[in-house]
Amino acid sequence: MRNRTFIAVALAIAVAVIAASRLVSNDYFFSAAYTVLQFIILATAWNVLGGYTGYVNFGSAAFFAVGAYTTVFFHKAFPLPLPVMIVAGTLVAGLLGLGVGYLTLRMRGVFFAIATLALSVVLYTFVVNWDYVGGARGAYIILPREVPFGLPRYIHLLYAAMVLMTALALVIARAIETSFIGRGLAAIRDDEIAAECSGVPTLRLKLFSATVSGALMGMAGTTLPYYISYIEPSAAFNLSYAVNSIAMPLIGGMTSWLGPLIGAVLLGSVQQIVQVTVSSAWNLLIVGVLLVAFVTLAPNGIMGWVDAWRIRLRHRNEARSRLGDRDTQQRTLS
Amino acid sequence: MTDALLRVTGLTKRFGGFTAVDGVDLEVARGERLGLIGPNGSGKSTLVNCLSGTLRNEEGSILFGGHDIGSEPPHRRVRRGLARSFQIPKPFASMSVLDNLRIPLQYAARQHEKLPLDQIVDEAMRVLDQVGLSHKAHEKSGGLTQVDMRKLELARAVAAKPTLLISDEAMAGLSASETDDILALLLGLKEQGVAVIMIEHVMRAVMKFSDRIAVLVAGRKIADAAPQAIVNNMEVVTAYLGE
Repeated sequence: MRNRTFIAVALAIAVAVIAASRLVSNDYFFSAAYTVLQFIILATAWNVLGGYTGYVNFGSAAFFAVGAYTTVFFHKAFPLPLPVMIVAGTLVAGLLGLGVGYLTLRMRGVFFAIATLALSVVLYTFVVNWDYVGGARGAYIILPREVPFGLPRYIHLLYAAMVLMTALALVIARAIETSFIGRGLAAIRDDEIAAECSGVPTLRLKLFSATVSGALMGMAGTTLPYYISYIEPSAAFNLSYAVNSIAMPLIGGMTSWLGPLIGAVLLGSVQQIVQVTVSSAWNLLIVGVLLVAFVTLAPNGIMGWVDAWRIRLRHRNEARSRLGDRDTQQRTLS
Repeated sequence: MTDALLRVTGLTKRFGGFTAVDGVDLEVARGERLGLIGPNGSGKSTLVNCLSGTLRNEEGSILFGGHDIGSEPPHRRVRRGLARSFQIPKPFASMSVLDNLRIPLQYAARQHEKLPLDQIVDEAMRVLDQVGLSHKAHEKSGGLTQVDMRKLELARAVAAKPTLLISDEAMAGLSASETDDILALLLGLKEQGVAVIMIEHVMRAVMKFSDRIAVLVAGRKIADAAPQAIVNNMEVVTAYLGE
């Protein structure tokens, strides 16, 4: 599918999903869907750097929180319309991503992962001590009284924004994956030195990938303050964001844009269901169990499993058609 | 040699207190075939790493096509036409054999040659044909045999459309007939005006291939002459066989 077609399809689906949700009267649906969508963006964004490029980022929560706290900052300093807030948070998180991209100059593998985790802790400490955005006390965000577009409640607007942002994230991830940039990133993931010696400008591509990844994570966080209306550092920097953004692509499959989507829908929904039916404390435990199960049973995720299955099917069909040929040959001979 | 394609002067590379390459001068003309030999640990691979840019030399200069490339990153050097293969194959394991070649074609060859995008696959298949891998074009490169990986390694360097190709022990572990295949491929490059530096322990191949042979021993170049003169050079014989 061409990129332009995909954009059209993604946009059409997004509009359809938003329109269809007008039929839902239960507010909980919007809240749950918002969370799942937010995880789709996080997983997709993480996968741009982690899956395509091979740099494992443990600091997703930091990018997410930077998006959220940019909103808090502007909300206090000079209230801007929601779309502008989203763009601002995305840009700031993208800048942070660019900085992290420079870390890849000297650090790879585990060391890079630890550095991103450290970054998360540093930023957390910074926000805790930054009084203007609420510090450790947290900050209240008063929702605007008027909801635009004649929507009944603010969560409907946030939900619609989240749907559009999800479509955007998927479009970007897919465009990168199918372009020559995606192939260059895959070369870096497989062997960075060989990639460089094949003419791939590895540093530039890594900076690009880290910036896009960070920006999209930040984008997912920009609406969080409105969603929870009271934000504190430990909520924005929550470990579950970092863990989920790794677990979801891992479960779905890391080499294509579809993997994180599948993983996030699956894991996100299961978490929502468990939260309602069992208890909210079980969330991370479920992630852990699923993660262990997938790493041992389907190390390449659901997409990898499907691919392997398709290849096996093709081989079987080929073998069968070869056998069929021999049968007809024998029949004509006799 | 006035029109030297590659001119290396006084190249020195140290690892801590150890000098791996010590003041090496080297020239390669356009289309020339240079054999680079030396015992294990003599600094051949370090020299290659410095030339291709995966290591930075402390002293000396590297002129390639008249440009000082000593401070350029490897991808710039490949785009200028200086490609290399690796002694230990480094395939892009998650990609098909064909896609492995698309990387240098897209990122390096296209930079100095006007290669339309839709011809990249054809071109990749042509190079695979040369090394005898075209029947495995759609297999995952991670699952290839060692021999095929070596061929792929060389094919990937050729796909960058270099004017100077450095082949780092492409033949180690190959059978006599496979060695001949690779040799034929490298000799064929000469017709396209590609200079080749061949690092090899298979002496039969080096002697047959090279216009000129340079010998490295303990990081120093001790000889640089026609193949026949090298065989008769006492210093070289001593370095290999002892007194």
